[in-house]
Amino acid sequence: MDIALEQVGYTYAAGTPFQKQALHDVNVRIPSGSYTAIIGHTGSGKSTLLQHLNGLLKPTAGIVRIGDTQVTKETKGKQLKPIRRKVGIVFQFPEHQLFEENVLKDIMFGPLNFGVEEEEAKARALRWIERLGLPEGTAEKSPFDLSGGQMRRVAIAGVLAMEPDVLVLDEPTAGLDPAGRKEIMDLFYELHEQRDMTTILVTHSMEDAARYADHMIVMHDGMDVLQGPPGEVFADAERLAEWRLGVPRTVSFQRLYEEGAGLPPGPPALTEEQLAAYLAADLGKGGGAS
Amino acid sequence: MMEKMVFGRYIPGDSFVHRLDPRSKLIFVFIFIAAVFLANNTVSYALLLAFTLLSILASKVRIGFLIGGLKPVMFLIAFTFLLHIFFTKEGDLLFQLGFLKIYEEGLRQGIYISIRFLVLVLMTSLLTLTTSPISITDGLEVLLNPLKKVKFPVHELALMMSISLRFIPTLMDETDKILKAQLARGSDISSGTMKERIQAVVPLLVPLFVSAFKRAEDLAVAMEVRGYRGGEGRTRYRQLKWDWRDTTALLILLAVIVALWFLRG
Ligand SMILES: Nc1ncnc2c1ncn2[C@@H]1O[C@H](COP(=O)(O)OP(=O)(O)OP(=O)(O)O)[C@@H](O)[C@H]1O
Ligand SMILES: [Mg+2]
Repeated sequence: MDIALEQVGYTYAAGTPFQKQALHDVNVRIPSGSYTAIIGHTGSGKSTLLQHLNGLLKPTAGIVRIGDTQVTKETKGKQLKPIRRKVGIVFQFPEHQLFEENVLKDIMFGPLNFGVEEEEAKARALRWIERLGLPEGTAEKSPFDLSGGQMRRVAIAGVLAMEPDVLVLDEPTAGLDPAGRKEIMDLFYELHEQRDMTTILVTHSMEDAARYADHMIVMHDGMDVLQGPPGEVFADAERLAEWRLGVPRTVSFQRLYEEGAGLPPGPPALTEEQLAAYLAADLGKGGGAS
Repeated sequence: MMEKMVFGRYIPGDSFVHRLDPRSKLIFVFIFIAAVFLANNTVSYALLLAFTLLSILASKVRIGFLIGGLKPVMFLIAFTFLLHIFFTKEGDLLFQLGFLKIYEEGLRQGIYISIRFLVLVLMTSLLTLTTSPISITDGLEVLLNPLKKVKFPVHELALMMSISLRFIPTLMDETDKILKAQLARGSDISSGTMKERIQAVVPLLVPLFVSAFKRAEDLAVAMEVRGYRGGEGRTRYRQLKWDWRDTTALLILLAVIVALWFLRG
């Protein structure tokens, strides 16, 4: 399902003294099946943009196209529910959405709302509890008795159990421990590959964007200032710095190395593996910084 | 979705009304509320309405914004208006449609009551729109101070008030966030039968309560580690200052009351 935003603008609290324009003339295309990372400084409008992707916010200007559906200022609330089944959103700090008496029921909430049979919803819930590495017996526990990290996993399971075609993630791992972060990010990537799911990730981690994404959108002051594959986006560190963004650690290391060795800047190494290969190749040639 | 709410919001500014001492504003609003009930004929209600509009002008708050924020209250006003129109059966018959009969007196009462409601809501909104929650509670605490003699917990009350006022916007934002999270999971508050709608509120209320309690706990801990020991011997950082504006405002109100007294039938 292709998603496209055409000249989208959004103003919070329009017509009041608190009015605040969060998006200006945003033109974005997210191809079906892509893994798109959205980066941008805090307050640049990333979360606002995300909420347009399943009709939680309707643009105050322009058009949002989600598959065959168009959302504009005039679109009625009723037309949005089918979109929400196809586009699942994991919000910033999703553990705040838990409410049921036990984990199983909470995960079943989404699927049941979208008309999945009780039996099937339960099977899915159990499957996702396991998939997210939650300890045995979690299903019967109250979500409020879990640790912060476990609550986060339950909340994520609640969205995944809807089995959406498009998965939208707003900083899904903020505040988790490093091992947990990697586990969850790897899980999302696996799902992306296996299910051919379109994945959209908002992140402050340039490393995550570089490692997982095949397409990137850079936001600055409510505008989309750059789009392209990570290799292009991270090639120009100076331009990113203008938007108060950095490059992944691997790229900064690579640039230092190149400078020391007197090499011209090559294509950015997006992962540790690529960096290692690059260094091995260069050192193998007998070059290298002394 | 909640962002249009006016009630409990504060818009910083520099108008005559903004610069009044919170004490005079509080006294003003309380006396005004009582004075509203003096009005009982067309001239006196007109005076009330005019005075309210003047106060709004003096505060430089945009009237459109105020009216826009009144929508939830408008429903209540419309309801009482209709009640009066249909259930007062005095005066001349003005209009008849089937079993519906509208009498002159009903229409008059309906309009009066609506004006009364409107000016009350406008004036109290004006108070909260032009006075920061902190000043309101400071003012209230000072005004209620004499009650300490009879062991009334003035400081605690003021603290409770300032905390709740402080957290209204936070809770609204939170409601908005949770609402969106549940909408994204297919919950639907705006359609379905009454029973379904009530059930749809649960996924909203539970997380809201949970987070409110968490916040309360955090706040209590934060206050305690910073040495909060209640009101005993506490001094103030912000000093309240009564100046000519405050006296003027209250004198004008007095004049209005006197006028109301003479104009009422
Ligand atoms: N509910 C709201 N009401 C009014 N203004 C808002 C609201 N939500 C966000 N904004 C404003 O819109 C702008 C964009 O906010 P947004 O949450 O989209 O940023 P973000 O890129 O997600 O930031 P972060 O990285 O901190 O999550 C900000 O200036 C913010 O103050
Ligand atoms: Mg955000």
